[in-house]
Amino acid sequence: MAGLMAGFGHYTHAIVRGIPASLATEALRTSQAEVDLDKARGEHDAYVQVLRTRLGLEVVELPADEALPDCVFVEDAAVVCGDTALITRPGAESRRGETEAMKEALKDLKMNIVEITDENATLDGGDVLFTGREFFVGLSKRTNQRGAEILADAFKDYAVSTVPVLEGLHLKSFCSMGGPGLIVIGSSDHAQKALKIMQQMSDHRYDKLTVPDDLAANCIYMNLPNKGHVLLHCTTEEFPESVKVFEKLKDHMLIPVSNLEKVKLDGALTCCSVLINKKKPDN
Amino acid sequence: MATEASSETEVKENTEESSAQPDQSEKATQETQEVLNTEGEDKEKGKVKEKEGKEGKGISRYLPTWLKKQKSLSQTSPTKETPPTEEPTSKETEGEEVSAPEVNGHAEEAEEKEEVKSEPVKEKEEESNSNGSADTEPAKEEKVEESVQTTPEEKKETTKEDQVAEEKKEQEQETQAEADVQEGDGQISIFQSPLRLVRKPKMKVVVCRVTLLDGTNFSCEVEKRAKGQYLFFKVCEHLNLLEKDYFGLTYKDTHDEKCWLDPMKEIKRQIRSNNWQFSFNVKFYPPDPSLLTEDITRYLLCLQLRDDVASGRLPCSFVTHALLGSYTLQAEFGDYEPDQPRPLDFISQQTFAPNQNKEMEEKILELHKSHKGMTPAQADIQFLENAKKLSMYGVDLHRAKDSEGVDIMLGVCANGLLVYKDRLRINRFAWPKILKISYKRNNFYIKIRPGETEQFESTVGFKLQNHRSAKRLWKVCVENHSFFRLNTPEPPTKARFLTLGSKFRYSGRTQAQTRLASSLIDRPAPSFERTSSKRISRSLDGAPVISITEAGRDTTENGHDPHLELQSDSKSQLRVHGDNIYVRHSNLMLEDHDKTQEEVLKHQASISQLKRSFMEAPPPSPPQPSQWEKRLTSSPASTIRVQQQQVVCVPQTEATPADSAVSDTKEPEKLPVVKTEMVTISDTFAAQKTEIATKEVPIVHTETKTITYEAAQLDGSADGEPGVLMTAQTITSESLCTTTTTHITKTLKGGLSETRIEKRIVITGDCDIDHDQALAQAIKEAKEQHPDMSVTRVVVHKETELAEEED
Repeated sequence: MAGLMAGFGHYTHAIVRGIPASLATEALRTSQAEVDLDKARGEHDAYVQVLRTRLGLEVVELPADEALPDCVFVEDAAVVCGDTALITRPGAESRRGETEAMKEALKDLKMNIVEITDENATLDGGDVLFTGREFFVGLSKRTNQRGAEILADAFKDYAVSTVPVLEGLHLKSFCSMGGPGLIVIGSSDHAQKALKIMQQMSDHRYDKLTVPDDLAANCIYMNLPNKGHVLLHCTTEEFPESVKVFEKLKDHMLIPVSNLEKVKLDGALTCCSVLINKKKPDN
Repeated sequence: MATEASSETEVKENTEESSAQPDQSEKATQETQEVLNTEGEDKEKGKVKEKEGKEGKGISRYLPTWLKKQKSLSQTSPTKETPPTEEPTSKETEGEEVSAPEVNGHAEEAEEKEEVKSEPVKEKEEESNSNGSADTEPAKEEKVEESVQTTPEEKKETTKEDQVAEEKKEQEQETQAEADVQEGDGQISIFQSPLRLVRKPKMKVVVCRVTLLDGTNFSCEVEKRAKGQYLFFKVCEHLNLLEKDYFGLTYKDTHDEKCWLDPMKEIKRQIRSNNWQFSFNVKFYPPDPSLLTEDITRYLLCLQLRDDVASGRLPCSFVTHALLGSYTLQAEFGDYEPDQPRPLDFISQQTFAPNQNKEMEEKILELHKSHKGMTPAQADIQFLENAKKLSMYGVDLHRAKDSEGVDIMLGVCANGLLVYKDRLRINRFAWPKILKISYKRNNFYIKIRPGETEQFESTVGFKLQNHRSAKRLWKVCVENHSFFRLNTPEPPTKARFLTLGSKFRYSGRTQAQTRLASSLIDRPAPSFERTSSKRISRSLDGAPVISITEAGRDTTENGHDPHLELQSDSKSQLRVHGDNIYVRHSNLMLEDHDKTQEEVLKHQASISQLKRSFMEAPPPSPPQPSQWEKRLTSSPASTIRVQQQQVVCVPQTEATPADSAVSDTKEPEKLPVVKTEMVTISDTFAAQKTEIATKEVPIVHTETKTITYEAAQLDGSADGEPGVLMTAQTITSESLCTTTTTHITKTLKGGLSETRIEKRIVITGDCDIDHDQALAQAIKEAKEQHPDMSVTRVVVHKETELAEEED
């Protein structure tokens, strides 16, 4: 049934983007770590490979743009829910150009495109947590109230609550969905605080899965035909303790995906793709 | 009062017209009556009179719930509205109601002729009975003006009333027990008794026009002084609606604001400007419409929601608009037929969305095709299943400002109070988090339960446009909280109970009650006409009705666990598990600040003492903007706090029974005594068979006597499962020689919540206090305070400090 909120985690398509050489030196970062471009590219290829081959998604790969060093982090450029795609207005000025190619790709996929025209609004997709029932928008360095309002206007069916992001880049820098009604959350104070707020703001009850490392809390949940619950999460190499927590999820198909290089640029797993559920016409 | 109906009505009309404030004039007129009555008997009590007038306005407050209910039942009976099936539905009030119908009938027979005359006196009688509490009623600011208004009438009517009073006095005293019920009958007689019609030839009848959900109008004649519920029941009868508790009537006040017609009040006093125009609307949106019993109820809910969606009150996305529209189409027209052009005509006539366009209409048609084979009732169910998930479903929005003047919206819904800024939810207060709701002038306040780690309660304030909107919001909150959170409506305050604030309480059935009631509905699914059948001559609803119903029921049974919701609720309750919070009120959490709290005076019942002491605490002071305002606009992370109140510690009476209270006994400290006496009685009628176990304890010089009165049996659910603790409150009050600790716990057991009130009453004083009598009195008071509850256990723990020589 083509009902509201049906099929959380159902995806058919993914939009990804290549890594420009400028990433290594020019991409924005909060740490000073050096990025190995080749390693980063290798990592990204593996990531795309999982989506395409292992999970059978139709992957739309946008070409890298040297003028947009952060362009691989496509998540920030658009928020897709159902048939509607909101093209964002990223908080970092250097990233505003990233939305162009994203918009075209989404148009090609016949999405209903909503754009932000308000010059006072900023919104990064990384601050948007969709739980299947409602949205939480992190108010961070990159996303402001106005951006959240526009998101609320674009997705009228859902409640949109704001959550302050006190530390970390984005809301999803320390949390993500691990299943229907399951929030994966880091154990830092600010992460736990944010979770409390989300719980208070919501009419729904969420289970939580607390992982020791904030960055490990960013994972990708999908519910795919013939595969069931799928979770892409960090590797043992990066966060051994957190992986142990994920391994307790018995119903999930767990796929560790390496993110050693991109994490230096504050890139998490969800950052590198925009997932879309393109319903095939019924019957 | 009915005796004077003809002349008095005129007078009152004048009052009404001259008054601008709906509530004022309403009270004014009511007060008139009361003041008059008082005069009849208590002429000498000149000073008391005014107070009584004030007090008397709330006379109905002192009637137990079932009496009010009784009124409603009796009022509907002449309309043939109350079918036999209705009877069991009032199960919630069973205990008290048993005797009511009987008395009812009797009273009517015996006193029918007298009734009219005696009525006002009875009210007075009631009033003087409750004199003790009269003083405790704080006055509203408004009232001063009101009593001024009423003075002229007062004089006019005095003599007549006086006579009536005298005539009836004796009779009254005899029939006092029935007085209340008769009062209910007084209402009935207006509509029923031919006698009365003869007596009051000038009785005016008004035509009410009610806009129904399908857009049609329903006209009906009501007596000019009929109460809201009379009209409401008429409308429900017309609609053949049994699950009526989700619905209500609205009217537009002079400021063109939509208001709910109070069923317990006279219509005339609520509407302004003689505009007898109403709308029938959904008042409480059921969170799970599939739990409704009848298709007709769901159909009406669908009609409301279609309008909510089309008008933009219930915002939804393009896709959802189309989906909902397609179910509407299926419900109204049945299967899509390619050669059937009518849906196309219909679709462009019909408004599905505020910004409907061709694209949407095409999408609607496209989706309509996929619903082939769905019955109208199934389509309604699908419509509701999708509508109920919308974030604004059932949210009643009220414009407000935070104290910095930033526009926000307050949304009242089944789960609590939501705060929006533009379209963003910036805060949410679930009902269990809210300790108290109040308003003062144009401010609206909620007191928040402290969080796990917090020590303080906090009060959040909002500014409404004006006093009226603050009151309206407050009322909506009271009603929504009662309907969705309580098992039974909060009883209107009784004589022995100190009341503060507005007498307004939700008077209807709660969701729990209405669900129970509708589960008992036993009638063939009524056939009803759908809008399409009215618009276009084609009807789909004749034949398939039966199958529709079955389909509907199936879904209900298989698809949904009726307890699901409660369970999730209880989950959220876990947070307060074990909390033992000293709250500044008991279950009287709904308080209306308009009453001057300082005027609270002493009260007979000890429980009132406690309430008084709570109330004497300073009212929420105006918030310090800098402190809370910016927090409010930002997020709930930083807790919003207008005012912090230290949580007062409850004296630990359990650990040290009696002694904290004993401390100020006059009796001088003497050498402790070695005499301990344990008395255990395990029977309801315990007083007689006393089983005494005496135990010598060499060192402690106290006498302890424990008597346990145990009720024969509770309902079976007594202690089967542990249940989930919902709330726990402990309240302590002290008076001269008694200290009362009231511990109220609400537990949830298998979907039913149980309220347990434990009172620890410590009676202290000199030996000349008759402890047995004090105990009897305490039990009696406890029973009176909670007539809807049963005393299941009485434990008497007696500690006596004996004089040395007695040892």
